Amino acid sequence: MRAVSAVETTATTHPWAIHAEGLQVRAGRHLAVNGLDLALGTGVHGLLGPNGAGKTTLMRALATVVAPAGGRLALLGHPVDGRAELRPVRRDLGYLPQHFGYYPRFTVREFVGYMAWLKEMPTSALPEAVQRAIDRVGLTARADARLKTLSGGMLRRAGIAQAIVNDPRLLLLDEPTVGLDPEQRLDFRELLRDLGTDSCVLVSTHLVEDVAAACTDVVLVNEGRLVWRGTPEVLAAQGDASHAGDSPAERGYSALLRQHRAEAAR
Amino acid sequence: MTTHPSLTQIDRYAAGDPALDEPGVWAIEVHLEDCADCRARLAGSTTVASRAVIDQVALVLDREIATAPAPARRGRSWSVLRHRWFVGTLLPWLAMTGTVLVCAALLGALWVGLPSLVLLIAPLAPLPGVAVAWHRRADPAWELIATTPAAGLTMLLRRTAAVLAFVIPALAVVGAGTGLSLALMLLPCLAFTAATLLLGTLVGVRRAAIGLIAVWTLAVIAPSVIAARLPVVLSAQSARSWALATVLLTIMALLRVNGFRRLSHHE
Repeated sequence: MRAVSAVETTATTHPWAIHAEGLQVRAGRHLAVNGLDLALGTGVHGLLGPNGAGKTTLMRALATVVAPAGGRLALLGHPVDGRAELRPVRRDLGYLPQHFGYYPRFTVREFVGYMAWLKEMPTSALPEAVQRAIDRVGLTARADARLKTLSGGMLRRAGIAQAIVNDPRLLLLDEPTVGLDPEQRLDFRELLRDLGTDSCVLVSTHLVEDVAAACTDVVLVNEGRLVWRGTPEVLAAQGDASHAGDSPAERGYSALLRQHRAEAAR
Repeated sequence: MTTHPSLTQIDRYAAGDPALDEPGVWAIEVHLEDCADCRARLAGSTTVASRAVIDQVALVLDREIATAPAPARRGRSWSVLRHRWFVGTLLPWLAMTGTVLVCAALLGALWVGLPSLVLLIAPLAPLPGVAVAWHRRADPAWELIATTPAAGLTMLLRRTAAVLAFVIPALAVVGAGTGLSLALMLLPCLAFTAATLLLGTLVGVRRAAIGLIAVWTLAVIAPSVIAARLPVVLSAQSARSWALATVLLTIMALLRVNGFRRLSHHE
């Protein structure tokens, strides 16, 4: 006979990788995210919204860079608001910021390896994991090139490699397709579908086609609030020829935004 | 306990005998994975056809290995260590610290009658480096690193150690030329570093460093330069108090670990 500790009896799986209730996040003095309710599970979720909708601020809060100003936020079953312990969540987190700084003299391999080490991966698994991440983003041929010699699209892919190196259960990508050429974007969508099979991937983007092509789910935010949520097919069905846009998904996007603004104005 | 399969069984396995049922094949395969002796016996029992297949596989593999990119060299441990403990953005600050120390030593040697400037500024020597060691504007990869589990105190302590690893030898070398007590030079330096980290948990490391530099300059350096003699706090008798302060401040700073999980609170 022995006593069973609370740690052993807690659930190891959680219904939602991201669970926000009435979430408020400040960007400077302004509340960029104001009363957002969101519950996301496994899959690829596209985060859409106009400029200044609070997408990047939301991503930074989900990446545990900034603490929420109000409401509740739980990631992978751990509360991350207030003074909670962030280490266990951060080990399972991958994050690509919108503008990411880097050390220009590092090679791609050193950079990804350094980030993997900071994510407290076991040292023995490190070289293989780094190589795998670099292969997955298609930078194998430039693995030993210094970051300052890379083009914008390659840097972006190096950033994606560091985000996925620890096989995160929660992956946050802020504008990952900026600077990628059309072929690389197709490869990237393939990678997204692959990643989304067993982890929660949240992709923030302006490009509605990317969302329509690679996401299982669309989240539309405006002025810090959730406006609409559904599948890309339903999004495409929202618009008709009278709405702005070149594709069904774009027309659906502008239809939903127009409808939301009209309701807000009333 | 495992029993070795008989030679007849191995022969039948190697020949792909259909009479051998599937569980029997599994049992032999599982055993072969762990038993080198049986693998050697299996090699003797292979048929011409299976040897041909193995040769073919070896040929294709060799060709693929030859055309694939060469495996990456294991990074030299020194460069890996340097990347992990040291960040390039510290270099200009450390260079400045070194220059100021050398200038202070030269000034002390040329200007007779002035109290030892090296001793006066020694407590402040590591602070500029510590202040920029983990600051969002000084570190380009700040936002990336801030989301990793190693961010926060671990990161700050590691980089502070790198700063001290430079500043302490520099102080020792500069101080050796002036013939001053090494303890009086190094203990205040460590105490100030610990105090910066401790205050940093409340107001941010950069503000703490600026505040401590300002207070020490106004309260100690300026009066002693004007009065042209060393202050009481840096006299030989105070070394013990400095040692005590260093130990206390270090313990208190380490106890405040949690204050550094999200440095953005203070920026």
